[in-house]
Amino acid sequence: MSAPLIEMRGITKIFGAVKANEAVDLSVAPGEILGLLGENGAGKTTLMNVLFGAYAPDAGEILVEGRPVAIHNSADALAAGIGMVHQHFHLAPRLTVLENLLIGIPGKSGRIDRAGGLARLQEIGHQHGLSLDPNLPVSALSVGEQQRLEIIKALFRGAKLLILDEPTAVLAPSEVDGLFAALRSMAAQGLGIIFISHKLNEVRALTHRCVVLRHGKVAGRVDHPASTTSAEMAKLMCGHEIVPPTREASTPGAAVLTLDGISTSGHAGTPLRDVSLFVRAGEILGIAGVSGNGQRALADVISGMLPPKAGTMTIAGKTVTQFSPRELQALGLGRIPEDRMTTGLVTNLPLADSMVLPRIGTESFSRKGLLNPTAIRAFAEEQIKAYDIRCPGPMVRAGALSGGNLQKALLARELAFDPKVLIVSQPTRGLDIGAARFIHEKFLAMRAKGCGIIVIGEDLEELLMLSDRIAVMYEGRIAGTLPSADATVARLGLMMTGAVQTGEAA
Amino acid sequence: MSAVFEQIFQVGFLAAIIRIATPLAFATLGEMFSERAGVLNLGIEGIMLLSAMAGFTAASLSGNLWLGVLVAVLVGALMGALHALFTVALGLSQHVCGIGVTLFSSGLAYFLYRLIFGQQSVPPSIDGFKPVPIPLLSDIPILGPAVFNQFTLVYLAIVAVPLAAFVLYRTPWGLSVRMVGENPRAADSAGVSVIATRFQAVILGGALMGLAGAFLTMAQFNAFTFGVVSGRGWVAIALVVFGRWDPWRSAGAALLFAFVDALQLRMQASGLGHIPYEAFLMLPFIFTIVAMAFMSRNAVAPSALLKPFRREER
Repeated sequence: MSAPLIEMRGITKIFGAVKANEAVDLSVAPGEILGLLGENGAGKTTLMNVLFGAYAPDAGEILVEGRPVAIHNSADALAAGIGMVHQHFHLAPRLTVLENLLIGIPGKSGRIDRAGGLARLQEIGHQHGLSLDPNLPVSALSVGEQQRLEIIKALFRGAKLLILDEPTAVLAPSEVDGLFAALRSMAAQGLGIIFISHKLNEVRALTHRCVVLRHGKVAGRVDHPASTTSAEMAKLMCGHEIVPPTREASTPGAAVLTLDGISTSGHAGTPLRDVSLFVRAGEILGIAGVSGNGQRALADVISGMLPPKAGTMTIAGKTVTQFSPRELQALGLGRIPEDRMTTGLVTNLPLADSMVLPRIGTESFSRKGLLNPTAIRAFAEEQIKAYDIRCPGPMVRAGALSGGNLQKALLARELAFDPKVLIVSQPTRGLDIGAARFIHEKFLAMRAKGCGIIVIGEDLEELLMLSDRIAVMYEGRIAGTLPSADATVARLGLMMTGAVQTGEAA
Repeated sequence: MSAVFEQIFQVGFLAAIIRIATPLAFATLGEMFSERAGVLNLGIEGIMLLSAMAGFTAASLSGNLWLGVLVAVLVGALMGALHALFTVALGLSQHVCGIGVTLFSSGLAYFLYRLIFGQQSVPPSIDGFKPVPIPLLSDIPILGPAVFNQFTLVYLAIVAVPLAAFVLYRTPWGLSVRMVGENPRAADSAGVSVIATRFQAVILGGALMGLAGAFLTMAQFNAFTFGVVSGRGWVAIALVVFGRWDPWRSAGAALLFAFVDALQLRMQASGLGHIPYEAFLMLPFIFTIVAMAFMSRNAVAPSALLKPFRREER
């Protein structure tokens, strides 16, 4: 291949005491798709933000087509031919597709150059098979379409190098194929692409070469990702072998949580219809299903946020149907919600506060009606150590943590009080292998201690690995329950579409 | 009753609506530009007062009305820049800084006025702007004398509305303003300077507020009193919401408010029953609240309104 399009040499970026990047070298040739692999917090996004001018590097230089360039802001990056598709899209939802494209583009005789913009949009559409209705407001686009708009936006500005930060995290599997096709077409036409991901199979399928980051440093380079095994790459990423945890055989005890004929109404999303299930002590019950089939209502009912219209719920034999979240918590119910940011913790408050939130006012964290800051801090510090939560300290704003670290913090918060029942939604969504492994191990350890765990998830492989039994939800009902020994991905997949009704009665 | 209607709906009534609407239109457009860029400017009331005072003083001392207008506009722009310095450059609370700007500007206006003119039993006045009839157009029955026999500043307001719409919707700068008000990060990643764009929009907004102030003391009242603005700035903030942050709708909102205000003035004059005049004075404000309650429930503010933008944030 020809001379590198972009070369980064010895890039170092320090945030406070954290070295987010240390002496990183990286280059991309025209027509090349480079994978940038690493666990959450390994410094992938920081490195790309340096390249795109959002952060100034503390050391190192950037060369574009062999010439050193100074990139102080995104305008410099764009001028150098670098375009970036961020993980969180940079679009204005109420402006149209065309307006979002034309932002920052000089007009024609003082006016916005609509005609020129439309022509260019059509040209890009032809060239790479990327098309969008220019007059739709962005809010009317699907997530996949918004991502396409971001890519078009970069090409619109004449990007020669395109950076995509975890582009598949927000996409459905069918959309991923479309994205990959478009990226291959762009590379074939001479564009350089940097593809950031922690999903090994995607990197192996798409990229020509890849660089693995760990703790901000280059941990390794893979020249033929397609012919390298996932295990080898995972080892580079985590620094050690990844062995899937084994679920030891166990004899479950008595039912700790029982739902009998639960129905709900008036809930955003699919309501529950006559749902009966139970989980026993020392057992993991997986709830499979295409998202939007009542899983959210189920989690909300169990955690006490949605009072059911009919049916009863019992915890260890005690009827708790109309209990508040706080009362359920006191009975030993732990909850790890689907959306860490909105129902998990308070992003603008210190991490320590979020970690004691469900137990504020209890004796552990308050004295005579006043908060006990020493105890709160001590608890947070202890958990940060025990769970290896990477953060500057317990008083940091919770929202500043990465997804994996937030999930660890939530897990720590619930497990510290030995729950009898744990309800968990999408426990490892958006997490890398290392963090996911850690969470799985914790669940299995809790199971061994006699906790009854309900795991709601979409990842069937994960559910099969963790669960003793798997219930499938379809349109607000339990379509069937299988012992996981009898379940396969194919069988569960069929049940998830409502095609088969099978299994033991609840 | 018919006599009352007759008295109300006449050429003078239409002309009054236009006159009352003019300063509101300037102020509303000014506030709209500022808010479209994501900056609420609660300094509007004080900025209008200080500009009204400064313009009046300049006109009174120099004898040149247009110099007065220029001074008012410059003072407005300057106070806009002050507000932008606090809220955009330093990222401080827009509410608090806006109220601060209003208190500071009002205090400064009173102080300087006393300093320059002293305490006089009859407030000094100037020979203000005179209506300039537009040839031919002013001969149209009813509409002509009402709309086309007005102050030059009124014509300017009439031109300002489509101009504002053109700038906001058709120029690259207007697109930048809308973008920094919706998603500043998107504008930033497209190479648009969020700070500069917001500064420009808030300064332009201040200049328009200054123009509103100039109209009050140099065309409408031809004198400066401490109550010359009397809540018009606050009303403009409501009208921006009522007008859904759109120049045309905002101008329409200003006209509607002016209609109710002109109506209550006539009702006062007609001496309807024995109702105290304060009751009539309340009408436009009650109307604003009711109209807001009904019309603005679905109004969606610019997403980034009130949110300061900072770059290297982690």
